[in-house]
Amino acid sequence: MQEQVKAIQNHPLDNVATLFDTAKAETLVMVIDKKGGSSEVKVLNDIPFGHKIALSPIKVGEQVTKYGEEIGIATRDIAVGEHVHIHNIDSIRGRGDWTKEGAKK
Amino acid sequence: MSSYMGYRRKDGKVGVRNHVAVIPSVVCANEVVESIVHNTVMTQGIIHHQGCCQTPPDLERVTNCLIKIGENPNVGAALIVSLGCEGVDTDRLEAEIRATGKPVERINIQELGGTSAAIQAGIDKAQKLIRQISGCQRTEIDMSNFVMGIKCGASDTTSGVASNPVIGYVADKIVDLGGTVIFGETTEFIGAEHILKRRAKDEKVASEIDRIVTEMENRAKAIGVDMRKGQPTPGNIAGGLSTIEEKSLGAIVKSGTKTIEGVIGYTEAPTGKGLWIKDSPGREIELLSGMAVGGAQVILFSTGRGAPQGFPVVPVIKICGNPVTYDRMDKDMDINAGKVVTGEKSIEEVGEETFDMLMRVACGETSKGEAIKYTKSMDFYCLGPVI
Repeated sequence: MQEQVKAIQNHPLDNVATLFDTAKAETLVMVIDKKGGSSEVKVLNDIPFGHKIALSPIKVGEQVTKYGEEIGIATRDIAVGEHVHIHNIDSIRGRGDWTKEGAKK
Repeated sequence: MSSYMGYRRKDGKVGVRNHVAVIPSVVCANEVVESIVHNTVMTQGIIHHQGCCQTPPDLERVTNCLIKIGENPNVGAALIVSLGCEGVDTDRLEAEIRATGKPVERINIQELGGTSAAIQAGIDKAQKLIRQISGCQRTEIDMSNFVMGIKCGASDTTSGVASNPVIGYVADKIVDLGGTVIFGETTEFIGAEHILKRRAKDEKVASEIDRIVTEMENRAKAIGVDMRKGQPTPGNIAGGLSTIEEKSLGAIVKSGTKTIEGVIGYTEAPTGKGLWIKDSPGREIELLSGMAVGGAQVILFSTGRGAPQGFPVVPVIKICGNPVTYDRMDKDMDINAGKVVTGEKSIEEVGEETFDMLMRVACGETSKGEAIKYTKSMDFYCLGPVI
């Protein structure tokens, strides 16, 4: 039997975990936290090595949290087990394409 | 271990290498420098692309950087190769390096009658310098004289959880032993500056951190385009990093946990021991030069995707956080921090392994990059346009 893919949740507040293997859709990923606790999440779509998986539902405009800190906001609703990457989250810093009011040019 | 074997210089600084730096004052002298270096031993060319047709602040910056490279303690002697009509102040370059007590020679390509004559004269002068310093002996040096630079490049998500924490562990240890650590990449403080500010020695240092991050972010914004695709890089994104904030939070881990003593400019060196921030960009070639300019004797370099970077006069030890990359690029990667990701080793265990190697390299063992001469890619970080 193939060993179960593992993901690490860096901080208890994080709504994403990082995978340290590739995970196929429909498989279960074991999410390990910093205290050694673990839980399982079902993968919705294929996720490459080193990429993130959502641990809880994230609504559009809500903060994505890793290391207990903001790493961006959701640009669409994200379901538990979904691949979290540049297609559904976005940086809010260094945005030369935004006007002073924060709107896109 | 609380000491290493290094070269004590006349100005009191300590080097871990004994190179003759062959320094072009301007990009046009690079070809002559390369020929001199090819035909001599112990020489390292400081090949860069600056030195003329720049604004006065940048010419001042390049002159200062070249002086500081010559002053780096890993340099035992310097040969300056001037074209003759460059913007860099070659008289000051020569005088200030000479003031350290190191032997210095200078040649001028235009005066000598061109490239081939300059190459011949340069080889002759380099030979003289090599013979002057090649007999230098290493002596036992206390760790309070140790200056280390830290950097990450070609990062992926393993950098933030494995190789950067390993460097952070070593950085803390160097500070505890009384040494100095320089870390930079201001671009990669964006989104993580609040954490660094909490570690600042005082309010002044905290506001300096704010200032350099704001300036760097504004510099990105001023171009009027989206900084994404520039940062994070396409490689970072393929490796799982989604935003600059995520990259930054993983990047600052390599600075460890100690108090930040101060913020220094790109052409400056720390003015005391402990942990210092250097205002510098994220790209390796300019950042590694900034570390050498700051007096770094050795640089610890973390990577996930596999950056092979080196530097002419400073050994670069590469710590790879991605076990797949390490297996694929083990001739470039010095330390396998991928074992943290696979659960085979703890951060502390790989940190101790890295510290042991750092001390061996400080005593003379070559890094993998040095052994295959991956030491030539470098340049200086300039602010203005080429004019």
